[in-house]
Amino acid sequence: MNTCAIETQGLSKRYHRVTALSDCSVTVPEGRISALVGPNGAGKTTLLRLLAGLARPTGGSALVLGGTPRQDPAFLSEVGFLAQEIPLYRRFSAQDHIQVGAHMNLRWDAESVRTRLTGLNIPLDRPVGKLSGGQRAQVALALTLAKQPRVLLLDEPVAALDPLARRHFLGTLTAAVAESGGELTVVLSSHLITDLERVSDHMILLSASRVQLCGDTDELLAEHKLLVGPRKDTAALERMHKVVHTVSTPRQARLLVRLSGPVFDPAYEAEDVSLEDLVLGYMGADAPAAYAHLAAVGDDQ
Amino acid sequence: MITFRVDGRSGVPPYLQIVQQVRQALRMGVLDVGDQLPTVREVVAAVAINPNTVLKAYRDLEREGLVEARAGQGTFVKRRPPGPPPGTHSRLGRSLEHWVREAREAGLDDESIESLLRVTLRSAETAVDSHHSPEEEIA
Repeated sequence: MNTCAIETQGLSKRYHRVTALSDCSVTVPEGRISALVGPNGAGKTTLLRLLAGLARPTGGSALVLGGTPRQDPAFLSEVGFLAQEIPLYRRFSAQDHIQVGAHMNLRWDAESVRTRLTGLNIPLDRPVGKLSGGQRAQVALALTLAKQPRVLLLDEPVAALDPLARRHFLGTLTAAVAESGGELTVVLSSHLITDLERVSDHMILLSASRVQLCGDTDELLAEHKLLVGPRKDTAALERMHKVVHTVSTPRQARLLVRLSGPVFDPAYEAEDVSLEDLVLGYMGADAPAAYAHLAAVGDDQ
Repeated sequence: MITFRVDGRSGVPPYLQIVQQVRQALRMGVLDVGDQLPTVREVVAAVAINPNTVLKAYRDLEREGLVEARAGQGTFVKRRPPGPPPGTHSRLGRSLEHWVREAREAGLDDESIESLLRVTLRSAETAVDSHHSPEEEIA
């Protein structure tokens, strides 16, 4: 359980003069579902593409299941990647895709696709272009799982789905992780924090091309508190703790703080943080003005 | 067999929601000794939560002595939590219903009823046997 499925060291990617990802060092232990969060343009897709071997880093290194991501059959048989624009042939049925997949993959469990899709009442013989968005996403996920990957990289797979389709998709995903007995590791990018809160137990938070947080979700939540108190000089507080984000009115201040020990100042009341507090706080701390209002909205709730 | 419901907005951690729902089902007699709990796979497929959340809940229940994991078979109810027999809850629930109706007729809204209940529980706490945890009193 303690081995790492994914480990990167100073991973960077530049496209001409644009830095998409900078000095990214993350680890994801085996068997986890890691939530990849951050504002648009933070580098989420770039990180996933680097891990899948679809792009080459301009700096640093990545190890996925102990190997460098690359486009060769041995690596690709272990790693499943599902892009945001679900890559299916619209005129092909699920059954056609199953046959194509059998030719293209070293390991291919065609029966598992049929079982999953039949269980969801998705017709195997209808062109996927005529299925609903949720059904198409399920077909793509079932096909990705058919090669029995040990690492699954999903780039906003549920963004376009309605709540029920999302719930079903995430149910299929978590069931696959349960079936693997701790051997399947997932990295899932999404903006839907309530979904991520349910399904993930690990998180990577990117903002402005950099890693802001990476680790066990419960531990990260426990390390952070929302301090509510009078608006005043925080120098003393900041000598010991890291103030991530502050929202203040003329009288009151709410500080998202990463603690390194107890808070001794009795002027503050410490509240537990939710995943949403954490994500919005870190986005607001280091994100362009466009996200500042979002952080403020989150803090008001 | 029971089904679980996990509310993301309740403020109670998901694993604790599962623990509480199993305890509740045991108290109400919905689950009995020897019954099997749904497998981790079944739970996550239905409610879409992290498998480790379910494992953590089942481990907690096992540590409490309420369930046991049998290798290759699943998780089974070993005993009911200490407390009155199952019928008691529904009986007390019925008399509480009468009381609530009376309170509503007297003009109390839900918030006043809840705070009255909380105050009464707190003032009665000293009189309660020490082996009951406060959590069980509320649930």
